[in-house]
Amino acid sequence: MTVDTQTPQQREQVKTIFEKSHPGRRAATLPALDVPARSLDELIPAVSRRASPPALPEISEPEIVRHYNRLSQRNFDLDSGFYPLGSCTMKHNPKLHERVAALPGNARLHPAQVPARAQGALELMWHLECALSEIAGLPHVSLQPSAGSHGELAGVLLTRAYHEDRGEHRTKVLTPDTAHGTNPATVTMAGYEVVKVGTAPDGGVDVDDLIAKADEQVACLMLTNPNTLGLFDSNIAEIARIVHGVGATLYYDGANLNAIMGVTRPGDMGFDIVHFNLHKSFTQPHGGGGPGSGPIAVSERMEPYLPRPVLVRRHGDERAGSAGSGDVAGTTGGDRAGAENGDRPGSEPAFYELDFERPKSIGRLRGFQGNYGVFVRAYAYICSLGADGLRDVAETSVLNANYLLARLRRAGVAEYLPVAYDRLCMHEFVLSGAPMKRELKIRTLDLAKRLLDHGFHPPTVYFPLLVDEALLIEPTETETRETLDAFADVIAEILREAREDPEIARNAPYSTPVRRLDEARAAKHPVIRQRR
Amino acid sequence: MLAEIGVDSIEDLFADVPDDLLLGRELDLPPGRTEAEVYEHLRALAERNVSTERETCFLGAGMYDHYVPALIDSILSRSEFLTPYTPYQPEVSQGGLQVMFEYQTAICELTALPVANASMYEGPSALAAAGYLAKLANGRPRMLVSRGVHPHSRETLETLAVGYGTTVEQVTLRDGVTDREALTNALAGDVSAIFLQQPNFLGAVEDIAPLAAAAHEHGALVVCACDPLTLGVLAPPGECGVDVAVGEGQTLGNRLDFGGPSFGFFAATEEHLRRMPGRIAGETVDADGRRGFVLTLQTREQHIRRERATSNICTSQALNALGGVIYLSWLGRRGIVELGELLAQRTAYARDTLSALPGVSALHDQPVVREFAVHLQAPVEAVLERCAAAGINAGYALGRDDPELADGLLIALTEQRSRADIDRLADVLGAAVAAELEHVGTRA
Repeated sequence: MTVDTQTPQQREQVKTIFEKSHPGRRAATLPALDVPARSLDELIPAVSRRASPPALPEISEPEIVRHYNRLSQRNFDLDSGFYPLGSCTMKHNPKLHERVAALPGNARLHPAQVPARAQGALELMWHLECALSEIAGLPHVSLQPSAGSHGELAGVLLTRAYHEDRGEHRTKVLTPDTAHGTNPATVTMAGYEVVKVGTAPDGGVDVDDLIAKADEQVACLMLTNPNTLGLFDSNIAEIARIVHGVGATLYYDGANLNAIMGVTRPGDMGFDIVHFNLHKSFTQPHGGGGPGSGPIAVSERMEPYLPRPVLVRRHGDERAGSAGSGDVAGTTGGDRAGAENGDRPGSEPAFYELDFERPKSIGRLRGFQGNYGVFVRAYAYICSLGADGLRDVAETSVLNANYLLARLRRAGVAEYLPVAYDRLCMHEFVLSGAPMKRELKIRTLDLAKRLLDHGFHPPTVYFPLLVDEALLIEPTETETRETLDAFADVIAEILREAREDPEIARNAPYSTPVRRLDEARAAKHPVIRQRR
Repeated sequence: MLAEIGVDSIEDLFADVPDDLLLGRELDLPPGRTEAEVYEHLRALAERNVSTERETCFLGAGMYDHYVPALIDSILSRSEFLTPYTPYQPEVSQGGLQVMFEYQTAICELTALPVANASMYEGPSALAAAGYLAKLANGRPRMLVSRGVHPHSRETLETLAVGYGTTVEQVTLRDGVTDREALTNALAGDVSAIFLQQPNFLGAVEDIAPLAAAAHEHGALVVCACDPLTLGVLAPPGECGVDVAVGEGQTLGNRLDFGGPSFGFFAATEEHLRRMPGRIAGETVDADGRRGFVLTLQTREQHIRRERATSNICTSQALNALGGVIYLSWLGRRGIVELGELLAQRTAYARDTLSALPGVSALHDQPVVREFAVHLQAPVEAVLERCAAAGINAGYALGRDDPELADGLLIALTEQRSRADIDRLADVLGAAVAAELEHVGTRA
């Protein structure tokens, strides 16, 4: 008799919640009609009425709970294991943050509540703006963008507004060939042509190529520093000079900010616009693909174009009707985020409000004030860590990455997985799986899938595009040395196993709820909804 | 660890940062605090906000104080949903991917449109994204947006349209709904898309089909923002000639959160499938023939197609969309109709009751289902202040967005606002208007 070694999850015949629907079942109970009943025909004209109900599930509460709990068990998650997904900063999400975000004064605060009755929320946003301003080294902040790519769009639209205000109609935006895909996609959406800048042998921007391409038609250079190879570009001051020399703006993609918080600042490097990923450096849980938040910090010359509305702080006599006056976050010096009292000595209490009188603003990027629930978590994180804690984050993330790189070397993997650029890295590094593919006959994808059988989430794979068979590994500061050691040993073990039998990795994974999925079939014959 | 790396100090690891770029001091932030201290600081801040638990709230204008059932909190707080990244490794992300598939199905059912993506940031930016889809679809230079569309959505559309090079023109309202004649006059062969909202910003139910037909005569796309919670009673956009339906998903089991995070939805006709922005989950099979789900049609997306992508969106609102599909399952096929009918009845009752007050009249006579607008003879902000003092948030001052509607007040209903609440609103609002009129009279 053979033993079935499948797990219950693997044996389960997966059904959607629609397939579990049974006529007549329900979960919700609603209030009874408590006003005089009128005929619906009288209330809603027939042409605007729905003829038959939408085919939503009919299912009881216990069955809903069980359905989604079982589905959750088919996910790998950060709270259960190592998740070194490069460029994504999968660091621990402190549990306090969920508690404070759920306080009724936050969770049940209506976004159109008048400022006088939302002072706590506006003050929190103010402190967060001040902290982000200080971390970026740039004086002005807008919290409005909803994610990194939304912040990028804000930044490029600000750039457009800035140039057009000066009567210039520029046509191109430069992005390095190592850039995140969101950069070029944003450039197109903002109506510019993408021009790629090459990468030098040391992994930084090819300065000669930049000089050749930087002309008066260039509106902006979008850069990540440390870049997507995990390397700090030491030429950044020169790059800034070149870009500013042709009148263009310099944009900082903040995906990799975690590596430098409190060590060096984009504003000091010469960047005009920075976006933050609060879901990366500032611990908003990723939620399986959001929510995030992508605030931007900008230099003085970009300030007039910030999205509307802008949060301002006024003091006593400045209230009511004094639009345009008042403090703007970051300009007031010494107004430290998290300080219990933002009031000036001897003056009336500060009052926070939203300024809509912004004639040069690019306008809104979304409704209301932004992803406030994410601001609460990011602010709680900054309060917990403080100045020294944030610097410690950067240092430890860089230490962990370099340690893991060294440990991988010692485990003997460098022969098959050489580091793409043999320098000290910042918070992440890139290995090339090209020798592994050649010598061991397994691809980076196979290595990634085999890692799943060892209980690790794989690194980012096949990015950056510049490196053949790339693995982008970001351990973050919240992992222990033991975890890094175990990961290095598992990589070595998978390579050893492949030397003996590459088929094992090629057919991996084996222990997951499903095995390798047919993505080509999904794209060729898209089934993207349940058919009735 | 430093020895393993082969350096002497942490500073050595930052050798690539030029000395003159090192901050060389601590960030100007307060020192770190204990968890208890941080909790207390944030609790004290939150205490200074007047939430919907502390007043009877008739505010709407895009987000609504609906009850969020406890099972949503319970499921969303599971780390397996809360803490993963976007499902790049489908073998260990089947939970999240199946949720996306179920969510897409629910949105298709609600809107009666055949394709939906896995979520957008929120409502107004989803509408603006539909503008970019129209630009990709026909490249025409003009877009027409009804003034019945939420002012935040109109402004967001304008912000983005500057980038993709399309002009946006506003179409006026007549008697509270989109002026069909004005729309027809503005339509021409160079119009890329028209933008409508159902119910519109003033709460009025629009007759969408003839507006859509007029647009289609000129080959323009029809984009309609919908409140998904009204789609149990209102004709779905897919049956009214709408090409792209978008909207704010907050009403579906998401908290108010002072405006976010919530989610936006995006559904369209089949022909736009390959122009859709954002993630889309699709069904497939694994190596053993088992059913499974993956991210699909990724050649639309930024990480593959880069500058030729149909959108730059990457992280969106997966967790909030999960809240949405749980809510729709909780409400169910009958619940969404019952809730829609309850809201329509209460809204009609509230409009009749308030319009009967001296100094208060309906701003329009169009059908309403969850929100309605009134005209006050007394200054709106002052009336709202008086109501707030009595523990009632009476609604949204329309003058905040539009000076022409300075005497307008927008009042929203949810299942949490009972007849008793409405009657109390009538008492308080009536008294406030009377007091303000008397106040004005005294001054005069």
